[in-house]
Amino acid sequence: MRKFLSRPAVQSIIAALLCILLGLLVGYVALLIINPAGATEAIVTILKNYFTYPTAAAARKYLGNTLVKAAPLLMCALSIQFCYQVGLFNIGAAGQYVAGAGAALFCALSLNLHWSICLLAAIAAGGIFGAIVGFLKAYLNVNEVISGIMLNWIGLYSVNMLLTGVKEVASPYTVNLANTNPGAILPSLGLDRLFSNNKYVTVAIPLSIIFAILIKIVLSKTVFGYEIRATGIARDAAKYSGMKEKRNVIVSLFIGGALAGTGAAFLYLTGYEQWSVTQSSVPGMGFNGIAATFLGGLDPIGTIFSSYFIQHITSGGSYLDKNIYPSQISDFISAIIIYLCGFVLFFKLFLTSVMKKKNTKTEGEGGDR
Amino acid sequence: MEEKNEYAIEMLNITKRFPGIIANDNVTLQLKRGEIHALLGENGAGKSTLMSVLFGLYQAEEGTIKKDGKTVEIKSPNDANALGIGMVHQHFKLVQCFTVLDNIILGQETTQHGLLRKDLARKKILDLSEKYGLKVDPDALIEDITVGMQQRTEILKMLYRDNEILIFDEPTAVLTPAEIEELMKIMKNLANEGKSILFISHKLAEIMAVADRCTVLRRGKCIGTVNISETDPNALSRMMVGRNVQFVVDKKDAEPKDVILHVENLTVPSKLHNNNAVNNVSFDVRAGEIVCIAGIDGNGQTELVYGLSGLENCTSGKIVLNGKEIQSAPIRSRYAAGLGHIPEDRHKHGLVLDYSLMNNLVLRSYFEPEFSTKYGFLKKPQIQEYAEGLIERYDIRSGQGATTMARAMSGGNQQKAIIARELDREPSLLLAVQPTRGLDVGAIEGVHKELIAHRDKGNGILLVSLELDEVMSVSDRILVMYEGEIVGEFDPKTTTPEELGLYMAGARRKEMGKNA
Ligand SMILES: Nc1ncnc2c1ncn2[C@@H]1O[C@H](COP(=O)(O)OP(=O)(O)OP(=O)(O)O)[C@@H](O)[C@H]1O
Ligand SMILES: [Mg+2]
Repeated sequence: MRKFLSRPAVQSIIAALLCILLGLLVGYVALLIINPAGATEAIVTILKNYFTYPTAAAARKYLGNTLVKAAPLLMCALSIQFCYQVGLFNIGAAGQYVAGAGAALFCALSLNLHWSICLLAAIAAGGIFGAIVGFLKAYLNVNEVISGIMLNWIGLYSVNMLLTGVKEVASPYTVNLANTNPGAILPSLGLDRLFSNNKYVTVAIPLSIIFAILIKIVLSKTVFGYEIRATGIARDAAKYSGMKEKRNVIVSLFIGGALAGTGAAFLYLTGYEQWSVTQSSVPGMGFNGIAATFLGGLDPIGTIFSSYFIQHITSGGSYLDKNIYPSQISDFISAIIIYLCGFVLFFKLFLTSVMKKKNTKTEGEGGDR
Repeated sequence: MEEKNEYAIEMLNITKRFPGIIANDNVTLQLKRGEIHALLGENGAGKSTLMSVLFGLYQAEEGTIKKDGKTVEIKSPNDANALGIGMVHQHFKLVQCFTVLDNIILGQETTQHGLLRKDLARKKILDLSEKYGLKVDPDALIEDITVGMQQRTEILKMLYRDNEILIFDEPTAVLTPAEIEELMKIMKNLANEGKSILFISHKLAEIMAVADRCTVLRRGKCIGTVNISETDPNALSRMMVGRNVQFVVDKKDAEPKDVILHVENLTVPSKLHNNNAVNNVSFDVRAGEIVCIAGIDGNGQTELVYGLSGLENCTSGKIVLNGKEIQSAPIRSRYAAGLGHIPEDRHKHGLVLDYSLMNNLVLRSYFEPEFSTKYGFLKKPQIQEYAEGLIERYDIRSGQGATTMARAMSGGNQQKAIIARELDREPSLLLAVQPTRGLDVGAIEGVHKELIAHRDKGNGILLVSLELDEVMSVSDRILVMYEGEIVGEFDPKTTTPEELGLYMAGARRKEMGKNA
């Protein structure tokens, strides 16, 4: 049992669960403070999410919706994770996501292109945004957090301008994708039927999981993964070994950006959401990706589950009774939980040190025999 | 006289385990008040671990620690500090961008009404520095000062905290001979003042010179404690490795053949000042010879090696390796052209500390077909098998074999891993910078034999060493470097350490021909 508990993977999972519990608790307390009467019901609603629907068919349909949004979140989380391996904090994932969204929608709505081209455009746009940060970091030693945040805003306003041409006349939203260019919708390959004909369910969902597995393999089993991890944790040794550390930084951020861009395509090419060309804040997807990464124990496979969970409570929050709670409450509660998820590393350290002490004690006894 | 325990510190029956290894197995060490007590043992014998237990970095599973006869619990370095125990680590722990003064008072700041009183701290530091002859510049930044001064800063840090028990973990490994002599004097001073000192070193001569007693560890076990006055280096090394160690290497005369490395008018800029660190240097290394660059640390040896290995760009000059000009080639193609490099700083360049030993052993070759498929996947079984071969051949000891994290290995075994990696690829020219730094006498003997065998296979070796003993016994030709230039060439058979010393100090220089 002790041996089992001291395995790093097991500890990551325990730490993540602890964070979730604590997050829910604090969220609950917040609800209590705002309105004690409805708090218990509210927290249950958040956790139930699509299970609030009475019929299994409806629940399945709305599970589909949660998954539709979990896929781009997972991609953003993978983006941050990949860069983290090179020792970079890719806060620019949010902007790379925006760039991807802009490119995908522009190709789909203005140029009427096929989904595959739109997807490629999103990948390229995200990748280029990432590579800019990488270039600044590698050659001019500009901190990637600063340049990433600046690019987030540049990206947002450029995309707003770019998409103004394809917005609806009466609203700030881009025109409906399914009506304008059905060929730009990602194929569903019959997956929609599994979710009570939820038309937003597409290949994006399985693809995002495949991406997670691919990243896991690339990082742990390939020459490229060996190089970028070495570059991340020991830049001088990487240089000594003859690796091109500057190139590795740029390539990693390119890949990180491409992943975030893909995430955007995975959402906007389903037609689930339209882009509002008057929005003045960067979509939270890239930032939530940070929480998902840490909650997932910095492991691509763990991140699959953490991304789903974060999206689950975010979606669940939207079912709260708006008469009792202000409409921002769902974001507020999920933000609290997400924020506390950031403590996962702290919990893990704590667990590790507790287990270490216990372990050495038991081993000590073993030696006496 | 007041009845008092004779021992300042007693570590009784200490046992400390790490996964796969018993680092300290029932070890007892008693430190008398006012003595210098040496701790000797092979690489990985458990010396650093034992000292870390005393300093509160690790907790022993069994055994007791007594201070002045009273049992104490040391759970953290703070506890150790409160008991007056200080430690200078094998790898220093100073904040690079802070001044000497700030580093010394860090965590122990003198304050008055909540305000920092640096003037009081400065006075205390200057007094201490005067009293013990520890010359430092309190306002210099750590990153700008020599290793020797960094070490004096570490010592002052202990004294500033009024520590009574001072632990030195391999303090001399990084010092120049002159600095070592100075440190020995300081240690004796401290002991005369009543401080008790624990001193780890692999250099028997140092132990013979300063220590009163010596405790020997072997593979985690305590072999015994001896009085230095009643022993000699041979007996000590026999206790330590269990056999006689040859201090002088046997070797045939060199039979130099074709030129392997040709360096012409090489200039490498300095990071520290505006002058060139390496200034217009020319020399050759031939197949089948060991050429040694001797000199006092900081005279351009480091930069010369950086320039040759590609870690630093050269501003002018030519480097020809096996007939190929490589002065502007990237690091990897220099390596492919036959250059091997045992770097000076094993933690910075030599290892990825958070990679396993096996991944570190392929740090230079992971991309070759032997270890990776053509689709870019690593061949883990092959890497592991290769690593296990090297571990066996070079006697690299660690808790979990090939899968041990490099960080969890003892300093000397980390060094052995690097040497194994670089030698095994049979480079036709090996740059070996301080290859035996931190190794025990047995391992040094082994490495010297390996270097000579490598030479005898028809390869060239450029050895950079600060240790004159090593320079004199291993090399076939000696070049002395002073202020970025080569000021003399010597034959080790006909020169003397004294003569070399004069050139190293810049008191004399020979006119060097164009092609030295
Ligand atoms: N943090 C750690 N985790 C696991 N194993 C460790 C750790 N630190 C040391 N060891 C192992 O304990 C043994 C003793 O190591 P230690 O560093 O005490 O050796 P040492 O006598 O100081 O050697 P050296 O002369 O090479 O510095 C080694 O086999 C090492 O691999
Ligand atoms: Mg050690």
